Parts: sequence; structure tokens; C-alpha cells
Amino acid sequence: MSRKTLIPIGPYHPLQEEPELFKLFCDGEIVRDIKWETGYNHRSIEKLSESKTYDQVFFLVERICGICSTSHPFAFANAVEEIAGIEITDRAKYIRSIIGELERLHSHLLWVGLAGHFLGYNTVFMWAWKYREPVLDLFEMITGNRNSYAMFKVGGVRRDIENSKIPVIRKVLSDARKKIDLLAGAVMDDPVIHARTKGVGVLTRQDIIDYAAVGPTARASGVPIDIRKDDPYAAYPLVNWKVITAEGGDVFAKAEVRLLEMYESVSIIEQCLDGLEKVREGDITVKVNEIPEGIGAGRAEAPRGEVFHFVVSDGSNSPARHKIRAPSYVNIATFKKSCIGQTIADATISLAAVDPCYCCTERMAAAYDVSSGKRLLNANDLIALSLKRTEEIRKSGAGHE
Amino acid sequence: METEEVIENIAKKFISDTVAFDLVKSRRGIITIRHTALTAIAEYLYRSEGYRFIIASALHTRRGFEIYSHFSMDTSGLILSLHVILDKEKPRIESLSNMFSASNWIEREMHELFGIDFLNHPNQEKLISDGNWAEGVYPYRKEFK
Amino acid sequence: MGFKDYCFRKSLWVFHFGGASCNNCDIEILDCLTPRHDLERFGILLVGSIRHADVLLVNGSINTRDKDRLIELYRQAPKPILVVAIGACGCTGGIFAESLTFAGPVDAIIPVDAYIPGCPPKPEAIIAGIVKLAGKK
Repeated sequence: MSRKTLIPIGPYHPLQEEPELFKLFCDGEIVRDIKWETGYNHRSIEKLSESKTYDQVFFLVERICGICSTSHPFAFANAVEEIAGIEITDRAKYIRSIIGELERLHSHLLWVGLAGHFLGYNTVFMWAWKYREPVLDLFEMITGNRNSYAMFKVGGVRRDIENSKIPVIRKVLSDARKKIDLLAGAVMDDPVIHARTKGVGVLTRQDIIDYAAVGPTARASGVPIDIRKDDPYAAYPLVNWKVITAEGGDVFAKAEVRLLEMYESVSIIEQCLDGLEKVREGDITVKVNEIPEGIGAGRAEAPRGEVFHFVVSDGSNSPARHKIRAPSYVNIATFKKSCIGQTIADATISLAAVDPCYCCTERMAAAYDVSSGKRLLNANDLIALSLKRTEEIRKSGAGHE
Repeated sequence: METEEVIENIAKKFISDTVAFDLVKSRRGIITIRHTALTAIAEYLYRSEGYRFIIASALHTRRGFEIYSHFSMDTSGLILSLHVILDKEKPRIESLSNMFSASNWIEREMHELFGIDFLNHPNQEKLISDGNWAEGVYPYRKEFK
Repeated sequence: MGFKDYCFRKSLWVFHFGGASCNNCDIEILDCLTPRHDLERFGILLVGSIRHADVLLVNGSINTRDKDRLIELYRQAPKPILVVAIGACGCTGGIFAESLTFAGPVDAIIPVDAYIPGCPPKPEAIIAGIVKLAGKK
């Protein structure tokens, strides 16, 4: 059928680095094509970074994305330390990994909540966000802020986790494990969630390879990419853990991967705490004299997948070029595969499944007439159009699928 | 296979197109190639060797426009960057997007930020500049004296 | 009691506009609605359309592309409306004030009634800001 309805989703979609406007071209309930626009959130961070010193860039990259506010400094630190040939102390490695995994824990809880919200299952939303609060409290205790932790610097971390705080962290983690049990039980055994997510938004192995998708999106399709294992950094080679994968590639598989990853995160943090107790307190930085000329590539596994930072240094105290690739940049593009042919209701959860953090439903319905560039219709036009369409359907004698 | 070997093998296989190759660290390698050979080498890496395209980084330097196309070998943790140098006046290169969709957005972005033309790109539409800066303005270009 | 006070006496309905932000503020705004803080007790509700809203929350730095949309939203809003700028970026531009696409802090584009600074402000700070705003004469 040639007549298609345009349904805009967005444009303000701020829970990720690249907010955009999704235009769903629908035929009745079925999404036939999907187009997207971005640029609403363009802040020229790569350009801005060239005007800041290496120490300042950490605060900038932290503010690329509020949820991944440790993964970006992580990757940047890896890149710069690669240029300068710095090996950080064991204590700094453990602290970095603890912060990274705590972030994964809070981010996955956030995602589970939002996914529930998208399914219209607000109980899960409220539960998951309630269980996320103790993790944020932990962040406040360790770093001084609930988000944007400012923990990283070239050659180590800015603050120590004192050994006296370790029992408190352990307590929160053991509580969190019980809460995840509860949540995993509620999500994995719920027939409604099964019905809404199984076989929805399927990405095959070939799609993942074609779009070079990363993180839980890839792992849910059976592609075991995890930078923590593949290109080990910080304390990840020092602890025992496994990469979680699932088959199926649908929304349910993605939820499964994330839920099971939370257990791994808890276990990694606990092992890092063990390690922390063995090394000397306060030994968190090494001296950095200068960043020599050179090229460095740093990677880190964010909750959403691989973060890639490419830094070109010309020997001055700020980067000559700083290229950033966030995981959503490749994961979002897979929408073209996962959403087409679905109903609109399933398309939203398929969009949310790669975790672009689709919380701004509030803004989905707002009429952004200027953004679509379409001529506005008044009420009479709309009535006339709907009458015409009803007439057509009646004539064709067919209802919707 | 050792990283060094991997890079040497690729450089040998495309000997006529390779300008230089360099092992930065044990898991990082850069191969400088002629820009006409990018698609052939990328195809070899992607189809025969199973590399994953990460991203491409463009730079504006005194030598002209440079592009590093980063590929990742996920089983060994190797990042292999194919480095090409393009013309100062009219930077243009063959698009990789017909081979894999992953490079679609980044090529459009490089076109808007640096003004690099990608030949045979499937849909070279605006990505981020619309409403932010005018067409024909390339904010990431630099002024060299 | 004037008309304006009458309007804002009870249940404030809130519309949330996120500009070019890092989404920390967005999360903290959502966090206000979840069980720990539960602003809905006071009738404060996030709504889907600016036409239903009493309060417009704006966070994030505003880039040139967002600017027109923000003005358009303000124009569509039922008056009187209270505008709150949230976070360092909304108040001043924050770390992104030097960005080449930056179009000015919120108060350079539309009139602002309250500022809630912080990067990001804690949910408690956001609640305190809203309470102060409700008590403002």
C-alpha cells in the first residue's frame, strides 16, 4: 500500500549521547520503514576536547553520557596511558574496576525499569529504580556524587576507597543480590513479559556483524564480544568472571543477558574488594611527567557495549585530535533491522532493547510540527482525512491484520 | 598468531598498496596504505579474516586529510587501523558502506565535519549539521599558516 | 489570591524538555518520581504534552537546533507557566558553554522563574527548588 502514516518518536531523547527523532512510516499498525534524524544533542565534544588539557578532558568526557559517566573516562584513560606507556598501580586498577562495575549495576537496573515502563509494566519500573537507589548511595559515599564521579585521572584515580568502607559496600552488594534475584524472578517467569518480548525485535548474527553492534545487543545474538575479556584492562584479568551470552537475539534475550550480567558485576566487585584489602592503602597514582607525541586507542566495556577513544597527541598538553565512539552509535543503527515489520507497540520496546534509555515517552507524543517540516493540519482537515480513510477501508472490505 | 605476524602478512599481501606499517603496542597496529586500496583491504579484513569495523577517525593536518579506519579482531584484542592520506583540496575516497552498514553514519558525519566526499555512498544525507551550521561550513577543518 | 496563585496552588503538572544534555539531570528528574522520593504524593506529575503543563523543566545546554523548538514549546504552553532551568548547563551552559553549537543558556532564550544548579542536582535539590517555586509570590 502506498499510503503511509508518519509517527514521530522524539526528537528529544536525551538518555544517550545521540538523541534523535525517529520517524516511523506505518501502514496501519505495522512499521514499514524507519528514518531517523539527529543533531539535537550535538555539542562538539570532540572539538571542545582539543581546547582542554588532559586533566580537564576527563570532566568533559564524563558529561558525554550521564549513565556511562565512568566508561568514557575509562576508555580515555586507557588511550592516554597507552601513549605515555603508563602502568597504573594495582589499587588503582581495582578501584577503577569497582566503579565500572557499580556503574554497570546501576545502568542495567535502570534499563530493566525503563523496559518495564515501555511495556506498560510500571511495577517493574518502580521496583528496579527503588533497588537502584542503594547503588547510587554507595556512589555518593565513595566518590561524593550520585552521577559524574570524577574518579579518573591519567595515571590512576583521584580518590581512594578506604578499607574501612569495604564492609559497607559488601553489605549493599549482598542486599543487591537478593533484590536482583527478586527482579530476575519477576521478569524471567512472567507470562506477560514473555508474550511481549519473545520473538520481538530479533537481530540475527549476520545483522550484528553487518552493523558491527556491540555489548549486550551483540551478546544476546550469540556474538561473544566483551572488551573486558578480549582486550583486558584494569583489574578484569585479575578476577574470575564469565561473558554472558544468549541465543535468540530478541528483546527477551537482551533482558536475560543484562539480568545475568548484574550477578557477574556483583561478583567482580566482591573479588576486587578482596584484592583491595591485600594492597597498601593510598597507593592510587603514579607520577606522570608528560604525554609524549603519539597515537593511542583506548577501549572500555560500557554497560551498553564497547566505548572507543582514539587520541592523537602532538606532545602538547591537550589532545590534537580526540575521536569518540559510543556504543549506541552502532547499536542504534540496528533499528532498521529490528523494527521494520513490527507493530508500533513492539517497535518501541525494540528501540529500547539496545538500551538507548528510552525514558522520554513524555516527549514522544508532543507535536513537534517544526521538526517534521510538514504542513500543519487543522482539526477539519484531520476529520476529513479520517473520513476518507475509513471510506477507503470500507471499500477495500478488509480490516486490519 | 602474533600481532606482528598478522600485520606483516597483510602488508605483504597488499605490498603494492602499503606505504608503511607500524606496531604501536602488542595489540595495536597501523598500516598506512594508498587511498585507492582501502576498499580492497577492508574487504579482505571484513570478509576473509572476520574483523569488526569499529569506527573511522578523520584528522585535518598539514599533510591533508587523514582517515584512520579502525578494525578490531575480537579474539585477540587487536586494533588494526588502516591509515590513508587524502588530497588537501578535494578530499574524496570510496565509501565502505556498500560492504557493511556500520560505516554508514560515520561517513556522513565526516562529510559534514570535514567535507570529505565519499563516493558511491548509499544515502549521503545530513546527519548532525541540520539547523546547527550551514551547508558548506566544515567546523572541524583547521587553518594552517 | 490572584489568578496566578490560584493556578499554582495544587498539583503542578510538569513537562520536561531535555536539550543537548548529558542526561544526568533527566535521570534525576525521573528519579524524583520513583519510590524513594515519590513526588506524585504532592500531585506533581510528568505529562506528555506542553499544553497540559503548569511547569516547564528545561535541562541541558541548548544548541542552535534545539533553540527554535524551545521557543516553539514556550509559545504553545498555556499561560501562566513557570519555567525552571535545571543543572549547570541549563543555568549557564556549564562545560558546554564554549561549544560551537551552543545557543545560550535557557534564560537567554525564554524567561526563567527558578534555577536549580548542580551537575546534576540531587533529587532533593530538585524537590527543594519546586517547593520554593510553589511558595513564590
